[in-house]
This record gives sequence, C-alpha cells and structure tokens, in this order.
Amino acid sequence: MTKVAYWPGCVSRGFTPELHGAMNLVAPKLGLDLVQLNRGSCTGAGVLAEHNQELVDTLNGRTFALAQQVDQAEFMMNICSTCQGAMSESQERLDANKEYRHDVNHTLAQFGLSYEKGIVNKNFLWVLVEDIGLDKLKSLVTNPLTNLKVGPFYGCYIVRPVERLHINDENPRDTYLPKVIEALGGTVIDYAGSHKCCGFPIITMNKEASLKQAGTHLTDAQEASADCLVTPCPLCHLNLDMQQPVAAKAVGNMELHMPVLHLPQLVGLALGISPKELGMNKHVVRPTSVIDWSETVIGSIPA
Amino acid sequence: MPDYTLRIRRYNPETGKAPYWDQYTVTLDTHEAVLTGILEVKNRHDGSLGVRCSCRSAICGSCGMRINGQPGLACNTQVGDAVKRSKDGSNTIVIEPMGNMPVIRDLIVDMDAVHWKKVGRVTPWLLAKEPVPEREYIVPRESMVDVTQTMACIQCGSCVSDCLAMEADPEFIGPAALAKAYRFVGDPRDAQHQQRLEDLAEDPHGLYTCTHCFKCIDACPKDVAPMSQIMRLRRIAGQDHHIEDVNNGERHEQAFVVLIKKYGLLAEADIVPRSYGGNGITGGKFSPKSGQQIAQSLPFLVKAVLRGKVSIKETLIPHRLAPEDRAQIKTIFETVKGREKRNELNLYITGYDEDGDPHTEPVSTDKEGATA
Repeated sequence: MTKVAYWPGCVSRGFTPELHGAMNLVAPKLGLDLVQLNRGSCTGAGVLAEHNQELVDTLNGRTFALAQQVDQAEFMMNICSTCQGAMSESQERLDANKEYRHDVNHTLAQFGLSYEKGIVNKNFLWVLVEDIGLDKLKSLVTNPLTNLKVGPFYGCYIVRPVERLHINDENPRDTYLPKVIEALGGTVIDYAGSHKCCGFPIITMNKEASLKQAGTHLTDAQEASADCLVTPCPLCHLNLDMQQPVAAKAVGNMELHMPVLHLPQLVGLALGISPKELGMNKHVVRPTSVIDWSETVIGSIPA
Repeated sequence: MPDYTLRIRRYNPETGKAPYWDQYTVTLDTHEAVLTGILEVKNRHDGSLGVRCSCRSAICGSCGMRINGQPGLACNTQVGDAVKRSKDGSNTIVIEPMGNMPVIRDLIVDMDAVHWKKVGRVTPWLLAKEPVPEREYIVPRESMVDVTQTMACIQCGSCVSDCLAMEADPEFIGPAALAKAYRFVGDPRDAQHQQRLEDLAEDPHGLYTCTHCFKCIDACPKDVAPMSQIMRLRRIAGQDHHIEDVNNGERHEQAFVVLIKKYGLLAEADIVPRSYGGNGITGGKFSPKSGQQIAQSLPFLVKAVLRGKVSIKETLIPHRLAPEDRAQIKTIFETVKGREKRNELNLYITGYDEDGDPHTEPVSTDKEGATA
C-alpha cells in the first residue's frame, strides 16, 4: 500500500459527494492508503488568489504543512483539477522565494506549523499514470469498458500553465486521460472541447457565455458520438452535469443527454464496483448510456 | 536534415470557395523556425500563400498563427518543438491562422477588426497627472518594474487567438487589451486609475468575463501573462477603489472571502445568493437578484436534491472545519489582511531562488519522524 496525504477538496464533499465516495472505494483496489487531511481549508479555487495572494498562499501553505506531518506519506494527492491548479500556483510562489516563504511560515508558526519547500502534490489522474502505472491499472481491470466511447474533459487548472504544472516531455500530463480510458478498456473520443474551459468560473458573472461554453463542448462530444465524458474536476462536473439542462437550452440543442463521470467513477466501474456504490445515481444527467440499472456496465456485456 | 510536412490551411474569402488544406514537404534542421519552412514554401512552391512577417526575431509581432494547435509566433517556434505536439506523432506541422479573428487570406487575420479595436477601447496611452512636472516624474523604481511585464507585449494577438472566454463571448474585451489596461492602472504617473477601472467594471463583457482558463499565459511568446494582469486589475478595482461591477464579480469574490473565513471550507450553496445579493446578514438570500437566479435554477436544484446529490441539510448547514481549525483560518485572514500593503510576489520580476529549479519535480514530502 502507498500511503498518501489526501486532500478531497470542498465540492467533492458538498455538491458532488459521489466523487469523494467513489475515490474512497477505488483507493484500496489501487493500493492507495488515503490519510484524509480533514483540517485543510479551501484552496481558494483561483478566486481568493485574485483577492489576495498572500492570503491564499498562507491557507494552502497550512494545508501543505499538515500534509507534510502525515507520517510516511509518499506524496499529497487531490481529486480536483481546480484544487490542483490553485495549490500549484501557491506552491510555485512559496518554493520560488525564501523571503516570501518565511513571511508565510511566520504566520503559520502561530499554530506550530511550517511549510518546507518541495511538497509533491498530485491530482489523482497523475497518480494513476505516474505512480500506479498504466500496466498495473490494466491488470486490475475486471470489467473492461469495451465499446464504451468516452470523451476526456480535463479542466483548465490541470492543463495550464504547463510550466507551473510540470507538464513536459517526461510527464506529458495533458495527454493522460485518453491513456487511462484505453487502459480501462474504453474507446477514446477525440473532440474539440477536451482541453477547453467548462465555463464554471463565470457562471455567476456572465451566465450566457458560461452556459454556451458548457453546451458547446457537450454538443461537440455528442456529435463525435461519445457515450459519456469523464473529468477529474468536480467544478467542471457542476457546469457540465448539473447545469446541462440549461446549457442545452443556451446552445439550442434539445437532444443533449451526455452523462459526465468523475474520474474515480470511471476507474471504479472497470475495477468492478457497482454504479450505485459509485454514486452514479446522483448525477443530474442519468448515465443510461454507460450502465443499465441492472448494474452492468453496458460496454462489458458480451456480444 | 529531417523532412517536415507542413499542412497549411488555405482560404481566400474573395473566391467564395471554402477553406482547404495544402501540404508541402520541407527539409529543415530541428532548431530552425516554422516561419523558415513557411517562407521556403512561399518562395519555392506557391507564391500565392498569404503570410505576414517581418523581423524574424520575435519582436515585431507579425507572424502570430496556430502551430500544431498552439498559438504563437512562427519565427520563434522551432520545428523540432512543434512536431512534439503532432497528434499522430509524425513529422507533420499543422499551420492555421489565429482564431477569434476573421481570416483575410490564408494565415493573415484581420487584427484591426478585433485585436486593435479592443486595445483601442482601453485608452492605451498615459493620461498624465497634473500638474505635469517641468522635468521628469519621480516615481518609485518598483512601480515601474511592476509594469514592465505588460510593457513586454508586442501586440501579436496570440493570446486573443485562443481566448476561451472570447470564443464564447466575442464582445469580451480580452486578454491583450486588459493587459494593456494594467500597464496604465499600474503606472503611478497616470491620473485616471479609478475611471479606467470603472469603465472596465461597467462593461458586462469587461473585467469579469475572464474565466481563468490560463490559455493566454501559455500563448504569450513574451511572458506577459495577461491573465495575471487581469487578476491584478480585479484586485485593485475591488479592494483599492471599491468598485462594484455589473457582473457581480466583486461580490462573488467577497462571497468567497467571507465564507472561507467563516467556515474554512467553501459552502457552495451560499455562493450563489451572496454573489448576486451581496454579503448582508441574510447572505443575499432574500435579494431580488438572487431570488431570480435561484428561481431559474430551481428545476435542477430540485433534481439534485431528489437524486441525493445535494442534501437539504447540507444546503442549510454548510460543511465547515472543526472550531480550532476555523480559529486558525480566521487568524490567517486577520494577520494577512492586517498588513499595511498587500504582500505580492511576481515571479516575472523576482525570478526563482538560485538554489532551486522550479521546473523540475521537487523532492518527496516524506518527513520521517514527524507526527500526524
């Protein structure tokens, strides 16, 4: 078992509880021993960073410091693209400059905490490919997602900016989702929206543009004949799944019915966990094209 | 020297014909520029190919285009790097005109119709403080260093090309113009900071339509990081000038601040009413604006509750940290917000400490003997 300091994020325990639940079911099968960081705070989701950098860096520095206290943990892991991006941004500043790190640690010292530069904090998607490995993942599959056509949807915060996220020739992290889908036995659908913005950050600010973004990507995936999308970001899930009925209206696509799966759900299905246990009944768009409710992965039914 | 296939998108609107693709093979060293390949095609194979370029040194900003899906300058993109993004792993380089702007011909887009119009919109010149001193203005060195990042912009349009907010809302003022706006809002010699920011905040397609997608940061060949400048504009507009915008952007930000300070975690159910209705004692729940939004969202909110996705209890009593952790979060807010000046670190200016290379994966977090 690999011991991991695990940051679930806020939304995965709020509006998308099925994500956190699915992760907890999948982890032991993948050999991950998750030590949950219950004392960590919201990463600021990019919004707090636009308000005050030092504030968000201190909050994230505190969570990093808590993760570094987890005895024998090999790294820190999150299940939210937005958490990953917000935390990577804080880490970039904290690691780059000793004086700045000192300022932040001075605040944290009041609680007996200190962040030591160089934490390894990875999204579950990166862990799947870099730490567990695609071969191992493949070997664990009991219900291959045969004939299931899956469109990847990353979420901006996990694909850009490439330098901050250490996306490079050695770790081409913006190409991992298709590899994982294939390892699980599924078919990858290539469509225009996979690396684009779901629109969620501006849903309260420019609703029309936000819904148009979600609706366009969902429609592109539909036209490329995807059965479903998979995303490592619960905020993308909110705009793509929860808002899908209104997003469909915004782009005039009344035929839209595109289930959106959280990454641990897709992995869980292939590892033989039942859709219900994975919380797939909790989505606004019912994943009828992915599973039938006799709890079989449609793709895995022999011909 | 290896062979490269240049797959170039051709289009001449005057002919009335649809766009099409032409393919050419060129022999180049891996370190040679994509532009060198394009000019070889133009000189040896097809003189009718439309391309705009001049300096070939990444300073004139003329040769912006999409190269294997990534916007940038053809003169400072090496063919060896471009093929790494090739979809099929071959030596093919797909070359397209920039996006979000109409094509005049082949790789030439209409910068006047979009980019320059938007830049012109932000009054891109200094509105000097009166009285104008007899000699030079005396300003702190740091404040001028601070605006050098946006001054590095060469107006190539690469960030505009792939702006995802502009793709959905063509009226969005966009990354290049907003970065230019910061060039003057950050300049202590300028007299119109408040008016500049109010103007952007009163435009529903202005300051708060940026979606944080980071496309412009990766697109920019000069490290201007337009999105970072947009976030600074928001910071200054909301906190230093107390400007309320028409997009609820400032209220949305304040909702985050209040909720995280209070609970330590994000209470999603509280974000929407506060973003529309403000942070009053009812948390914006009874404001007409948020009421309208909640009513609109009701059909799928009900669905979410019925599916067990969202519980009524969770909606009414948001999740939160334990009391001692909430106290720590509150202390962090008070310590940081109590500072006279916001403590900001711009890595473009400061660079990275010499002892660490930020672009390699840092070492393990494992700390032996530490307590959980």
